[in-house]
Amino acid sequence: MTNIRRSMLFIPGNNPGMLQSADVFDSDSVIFDLEDSVAIDEKASARILVKELFSSIEMSCERIVRINPYDTPFYASDIEAMRQLDIDMILLPKASVESIKDLDQKLIKTNINIMVLIETALGVEQVFEILNASKRCKGLMLGGEDLCVDLNCIRTKKGDELLYARYRVVNASKALSKFAIDTPYTDTFDEEGLKNDTLFSKSIGFDGKASINPRQVHCINEIFNPTLDEINHAKRVLEAKEMALKEGKGVFSLDGKMVDLPIIKRAEKVIELALKLGLMKGTS
Amino acid sequence: MKLLKPSKAGTYESNDIYIMLFPNDDEIRIELESIVLETYGKQIKKVMMDTLNDHNIENVLVKAIDKGALDYTIRARVITAINRGVSND
Repeated sequence: MTNIRRSMLFIPGNNPGMLQSADVFDSDSVIFDLEDSVAIDEKASARILVKELFSSIEMSCERIVRINPYDTPFYASDIEAMRQLDIDMILLPKASVESIKDLDQKLIKTNINIMVLIETALGVEQVFEILNASKRCKGLMLGGEDLCVDLNCIRTKKGDELLYARYRVVNASKALSKFAIDTPYTDTFDEEGLKNDTLFSKSIGFDGKASINPRQVHCINEIFNPTLDEINHAKRVLEAKEMALKEGKGVFSLDGKMVDLPIIKRAEKVIELALKLGLMKGTS
Repeated sequence: MKLLKPSKAGTYESNDIYIMLFPNDDEIRIELESIVLETYGKQIKKVMMDTLNDHNIENVLVKAIDKGALDYTIRARVITAINRGVSND
């Protein structure tokens, strides 16, 4: 497993057919959901099913479990069951400073990391403190639906109502060198809308996007892949850097533009991602 | 452990199994309907029996309708039904 997180697919925790196929949808990470997609009466049933799944089926994708929120009666039992399993992360819904500190304590003596779901107005305002409250916390996801309920506004396809939250959570996560995943696009039949929404996510710094249907994964992965132009440009930047070093130049230019450290760092990131994704063949 | 009341778990959806447990005076008895009964009936019954034994459940009648569940699902649904049947909630 790598730390590439272009796509994160939600799978309902009480659906055996979906659970056992989770690894075949090409999603970099899969979120096994014990929260919203599971009926109240089936919470324990889903917990047992997910536990048995991980005990018997190996998966190559990153395995994340979304537990129930801190203030529900299911929270403690979810953690107790999940801490025994070979999973990568727990996704903590409606995260707050108090809840992430509690979860961190409950995960002592495990290798399980935490990802927070920022989906309340208070969570958006406290996002930096929440991310910084636990060393186990590796990143966040923005939850647009619940946030809109909290904001008392309508969730639209254009997403203007989420602009402030999107910019704020990306900035906080990057300030702390953690990853940021954007909220899912909920109309699973609107491919054009998904494409535009994902392009916007990428353009403002999100590392990936959540999906609620396997058919969304390919589009999201394609958009978060570095393009051929980006890869070729990055290669030329790094070649020019090598040349400048040999010639003893501190500063150099490419295509008439000065190349400085941020451009070199960006080029290195593009090449690293392209290598991990196997996209480097035939790019010269 | 003793089953206190009838209980059920699972669904009739594809890849799932619907399990019903009933207190029974005799030993464990399993009645299975399955879309793959001929090929996997014996294995499905074994998984159910092993799971009941693991939880020290005796004297139970199991009625199961299988829709192509894998072993992990069979185990999970039996465990859920046991938990529901041994609890007074």
